[in-house]
Parts: sequence; structure tokens; C-alpha cells
Amino acid sequence: MQITANLANAGTSAVPMERTRRSTLVVEKTTNTSEHRNQEHMESTSRPLADAHPKIVIQDMNFFYGKVQALTKVNMPIPANQVTAFIGPSGCGKSTLLRCLNRLNDLVDGARIEGKILLEGNDIYDPGVDVTDLRTRVGMVFQKVNPFPKSIWQNVAYGPQLQNVKKRGTLDELVEKSLQGAGLWEEVKDRLHGSALGLSGGQQQRLCIARALAVNPDVLLMDEPCSALDPISTGRIEELLYTLKERLTVVIVTHNMQQAARVSDLTGFFLLGELIEYDDTKTIFTNPSDRRTEDYITGRFG
Amino acid sequence: MGKFSLKKFLDSGSLFIWLCGGALGLSLLMIGGLLVLIMINGMGYFWPKDLMQLHLQDGSTVLGEWVATETIPDSESSAKPQGRERIQLKVGNRDLYGLDFRWVDRADIVKEQYPSDVVVFERREWGRFFGWIKQIQEGERSLASGNAEGMTVLFPLLERTNGIQERIDAIEKEEIAELNYRLEQARLRLRSLELSSQSRISERGEIEAQVQELESRYAVQNAALIALYDEMKRFRITVVDVAGEAQTFQVGTLINAWLPNSLGVGEKLLMYVQNFWEVLSEEPREANTEGGIFPAIFGTVMMVVIMSIAVVPFGVLAALYLKEYATQGVMTRMIRIAVNNLAGVPSIVFGVFGLGFFIYAVGGTLDQLFFAEALPNPTFGTGGIFWASLTLALMTVPVVIVATEEGLSAVPREYREGSLALGATKLESLWRVVLPCAMPGILTGLILAVSRATGEVAPLMLTGVVKLAPSLPVDGFFPFLHLDRKFMHLGFHIFDVGFQSPNVEAAKPMVYVTTFILVLVVLMLNMAAIALRTRMRKRYAGSSV
Repeated sequence: MQITANLANAGTSAVPMERTRRSTLVVEKTTNTSEHRNQEHMESTSRPLADAHPKIVIQDMNFFYGKVQALTKVNMPIPANQVTAFIGPSGCGKSTLLRCLNRLNDLVDGARIEGKILLEGNDIYDPGVDVTDLRTRVGMVFQKVNPFPKSIWQNVAYGPQLQNVKKRGTLDELVEKSLQGAGLWEEVKDRLHGSALGLSGGQQQRLCIARALAVNPDVLLMDEPCSALDPISTGRIEELLYTLKERLTVVIVTHNMQQAARVSDLTGFFLLGELIEYDDTKTIFTNPSDRRTEDYITGRFG
Repeated sequence: MGKFSLKKFLDSGSLFIWLCGGALGLSLLMIGGLLVLIMINGMGYFWPKDLMQLHLQDGSTVLGEWVATETIPDSESSAKPQGRERIQLKVGNRDLYGLDFRWVDRADIVKEQYPSDVVVFERREWGRFFGWIKQIQEGERSLASGNAEGMTVLFPLLERTNGIQERIDAIEKEEIAELNYRLEQARLRLRSLELSSQSRISERGEIEAQVQELESRYAVQNAALIALYDEMKRFRITVVDVAGEAQTFQVGTLINAWLPNSLGVGEKLLMYVQNFWEVLSEEPREANTEGGIFPAIFGTVMMVVIMSIAVVPFGVLAALYLKEYATQGVMTRMIRIAVNNLAGVPSIVFGVFGLGFFIYAVGGTLDQLFFAEALPNPTFGTGGIFWASLTLALMTVPVVIVATEEGLSAVPREYREGSLALGATKLESLWRVVLPCAMPGILTGLILAVSRATGEVAPLMLTGVVKLAPSLPVDGFFPFLHLDRKFMHLGFHIFDVGFQSPNVEAAKPMVYVTTFILVLVVLMLNMAAIALRTRMRKRYAGSSV
């Protein structure tokens, strides 16, 4: 819990200090968790923060919309094959952070980023990075359900077609695999060439997930994917997350704290553009180390 | 209920609703009235009318179609407060009377008759003749005399002369037109040989030989033509009008004849359809006041099609840059204002621009570079369907830009982001997701552009429209599509027939018919675009445009 506190304080402390501290902490952390793992008799999920090679590492990130600073000194490792949830009140910057991970914020006029985001050790904001290539590795599912006004098949095949997959057979296979991956295949296999807009809201969102899976990403970003869905559709997407994380790393932004508690392995709590606390989901929800986290979770503010 | 409060009543909105409803109703009434007026007058033209024979007090008789009945102006007196009425008759027989119409005072009429044996002769020249057959002759031999016998002989004869006329037309418009075209090509080739410095004797000889061959073929065709004309001359018909005055002309100058007063409703309906079809498919006669308006319909549609082909890509590309690529700021705002203002510039200004820029500058340069052998006759350096279409495209491009921009704005941001998040570049997103979704908006722009361009006349008068085009812009000679040719246009046809023709009164029905067909053409072009848009909307049902 020391770790979390330090991470949380990182934003306010002086930069060099914080850097050195963190590097020592990482070592500490590793040893720490290997003990844990033994103690807890092989829980299916390992202690996430202990991952020696996190999928994504966010380092000293500041983000500005014009003159307004939206994110301040964010530092967080995001481990592979885990579900990481970002929670926090509206406007706290969690969606902004998520959209930085596939550089979708590049489109916003006046957006500016400082610091680094490493994907498997490489800075995704390096000038040499091919943004379209990055986005095929880091897929995204949006809050507003957005299947293209095309057929179901065309929606899923869209990504692979962009990468010049032209063979009908290969595309058919990919479409089937992706739809199965999103748990939608059984429902739509007979009407693949019908309009995607004829599906229900929940089905449309799973179609968006299938569409993202079709380009075979390493990371899947989900921006409040269930906010417009009914509880049953939400349940199906949450179930999906359990299976998805075997294949890829999931980062999910949610307003629904029960959802964060149910689906995620790690949770980061944001407030006013700062990462207040970042830890095991269980810890965050049962024993948060920061007062503000506790207040938010128990509904005392926000 | 308290006492009546004006403020409360006004605020309740019911007055406002009535105001809005009234405004809408008034507009609909005006548009509806206009369409009904055009329809009644235009559609009525095709209905074969009865011929009315009036015996007057002075002993004379008048024969004609009833046109209108009206009160004589300033005829009211204390004795007859309603005033006297008079009847307007179309008496035809222009070659005899000089005038097509005649007013008859109702008070002068002794007897009104509808003789069942009176005949209407539709002629290629001089308009219709109303009267009776006296005699039909082949050379000096009489084939028939009297009206009844004449009618039985006339119809087979008409079929024969119309057949000969078709052959004459075929020779004149196809064979001889082709020979003329080839002779002109040969002349141009000789001229360009002269212009180029090196003299290639062999080529020159070749062309000259070709010219001789063409000229001999021309002579053959000409002889055939003369023979046909001679055959036509053999058949003559003598007709008498209501006053007994006789008139003789070739049967070949007749197109058709019928007995209007003994036609049944079914026959009239058939004639109605035939007349309608004739107007749609035939070429004009008699300074455009009779015959059909096919070249004008064809010219209008073709011009609009060429304009659409030019304006859509141009407008869409401009809108794409303005909306998607340009940095939004003062500059783009100013460009938008300029574009909107361009839509309000009077069309004649575009006509002047088209004349100065397209015809003189661009066309003149093209002529000097590629058609030097034809000079001083201009090829592209004079008005033509291409320049007219481009001028209209320029005039309507602001509409397409504005509509496209609106269409692009209406595409949800989520679609763009969704596409980008799948690794699409901006161009791929635009091309594969955004543009298809904006398609209904683009088509709305096209519909507006087509509506405006179809009815526009002023700029065309400067850029290539004529009252009678010798040939259509499309024919069987390479390159088939002759964009340099002058063309006819329904809007200009209305102006020309209604206000420039020597016989305005007789041309009035033609004006209504042309107007009616122009409205129909606009409607049909729009329906086509709307059908396309509906299909797009169904396909991209998610877009809100």
C-alpha cells in the first residue's frame, strides 16, 4: 500500500525525487508480490502491479487542451492480460488518458502532451511512430455505440480490409472469429449482410468489440462501453471481458463502480486530472489508502 | 373565466399558429395555382377541338376553333349593364387570311353550327387549314372529287407521301449530312496541310481523290432526292374554305387530316396521346410555334447532365478541403461567406463571365492550339453546350459546397473516430465512412443545383443556346458527343416562342406546353436524384441528414 501512496503523491512531489523513489519501489514491489503470490495459493490472477514487464507504462504525463491542463503528472504501469479500470467523477481526465493511449487526442485542436507513454517499451508519441499502425495494436470501443451504417460483415471486415486483406475466404474467417470472440456469432450468423443498425444496442456494442478484435489488437481500450446499455447487455459485455483478457490487455473507463469492482483487476482513481490512487481493485474497494478514494467509493462526493 | 386579456390571448400562441398556417397555405395556393394554370393550358393544347361554323348577320360565315369568350371592354351601357360578349375563334388558313384569329361579336351571330364533314388539315407550312376537300389529283388525272370521296383517297395517299417524306428526311439528315461532314473534314485536313510548313504532296493528292469520291456520292444522293421531290409534286390537293375560296397545294405538305366534329371520345383520346407524343418527339416547325420540342428537351437534359458531372466532384472536393482539411479560422469563415455570396450573384453575371472566360479565353485558346485549320470559324471559341454547362456548374457550385459541408457536419464524430481507431488514415475514413454517410447531403445539393440550373435562361443566351439548332449535340459521327455544338433549351424556347415569334397569339398554347414540359423535366430530374438519395438514406440509415 506504500506503493499506491507513493504513486499518488507522485503528482505533487518534485520530479527527480519521484523518479528515484519509484525506481526503487519497483524492485521492492517485485519481491513483495512474489511473496504474496505464494501466500495466496495461486490465485488465478497474479498481483498485477508486480508485473515486471507491464504492457503500457505511462510516465510523467501531462496533458493540455489549449491552456487548460487536463492531466497532471500521471504515472502508471498497465499490466498485460489484466483488466484495468479508470474511475473518477466526470471531467477528471480518465477518458482523456484513455484516448491518449491510442493517440486519438491527436485530432483535437490544441491538444498537447508531455511525458511518455510506453507500449512494450516504445514511446507511442515518438515522431517515428506510425499512428495508424499504433491504432491497430491498440483498439478502442466507444461510449456511444458506433457501428458504421454498413452490413454486419462489412463492419467487422472494415479493419482487416484497411490492412489490405482482400481474400474473401480469409475475411469470412476473420469475421466469424471476431464475432465469436465478441460472443455475437450465434445471434447474427444468419444475417451477416443485414444492416448493423438493425441490431439492438447491446448487440451493436458487441459488434463494435468484434470490429476492434478483427484487427487483432494487443490492447483494447473501452470508454464507458456499457453506459448506454441495459443491465442484461451490460452483463454480457462484462462476461466477455473475462474471456478477452486472456488474449489481450483491457483498459476500461467506467462510471459504474460496481462494474469496476466486478470486472477489473486493477483500478485507478482519478480526481481533477490527477491519479489519486492506483492499486488492486480489491484493495481500492475494501481498503483504500487515500481519504478521497474512500469518500468517492462510498458515495460521499462526486 | 376572467375578462379577456389581449396579452394572454397572444401568448397562448393560437394566433401565431394561424399566422404560420396561413403563410404556408398561401404559398401552397400560389404554387398550386401556377401548376394548375400551366397544366390546364398546356394539357388542353393536345385535345382535338371541335370546329364551330358561325353564320353572321352580314351574310358571311366564319369557321374556327373556339378559343375564348369575353366581355367587350367599355361596352357596358345603362340598357345592357353586363356589356356585350365576343368570341375569339382560331380560324387558321393563314395563307388565305393572313391572321390566325378573329373576334366575332356575339350579337352578330345568327346561327351556330358544327358541320360533321369539315376537315382539319395539319400542314408543314402555314399552320392548319380548316375546310373541305374539293379535288385530289395525280398529275392531271383526278383521283377523287368532293369531300367524302376525298377523305377515303386521302388517307392512303398521306401514308405514301409521309413515307416519301421520311425517305427525303433520311437522305437529307443522314446520307447528305454525313457526306457534308466528311467533306468538311477533308477541307479541314487540306487546310491544316497548308498551315503546316512541309508540303506532303502524296497526302494532298489522297485527300483530293477522297473529296472527288465524296462529291460523286453526293451527286448520286442529290439525284435520288430530286426524284423523290418530283414524286411528291405529282400529288396535289385542292381544298375550299368556308367562304368557298379554293387553295391548291401538294399532298406532301400535309402531315395529317381529320374530321374533328365526327370524332368519338375514344378517337379524340387517341389523337390526344398522339399529339402529346408528337410534341415530345418531333422537331419544331414554323419558327418553333408548331411541331415538337424534342431538341429543346434533349438539350435541356443533356446540359443538366453535363453540369451535374462537372459540379458534383468539383463542389464535393472543395467542401472536403474546406471542412476536413483546412484549419478552421478567420480565413475559412471568410471563404464560406464568399461562397454563400457567390450563390446570390445574378445569373446573367455568370453568363458574362462564361462568355469572357470560357468562350473567349479558354475556347479561343483551344481553337488556336487544336482547331487552327477551321479558323476563322470558331470551334470552341463560340457558345456551345459545354461552355453553357460549365457556366451553370460555376453558378451552382456554391449550393453543392454548402450542402456537402452540411452533410459532412452531420456525420457523427463517432464514425470518424471509430474508423480512425481501427487504423484507418484520415483519407480512408473520409472515403469509406464519412463520404458515404454524407452522400444524402451531397445529393440534396445536387437536387438544388439541378432545379436551379434547369430553369436558368439568362446565362445560356450568352453561352450557346439558340432558337433552332440544326443538329443535336449527340449524333452518329465521331466523336459522337459534340460538346462544341449549340443547343436548344426549354427555358429559352419559352422566351423565344412566346415573345420573339412572329405570331405570338398562335404560339401561346406552345408556350404553355413548353412550360409544362419544362416543369415536368425539372420534376423528373429531381425525382431521379431524390430516388437516389432515398436509396442512400436507406443504406446509411444511421446518418441524420
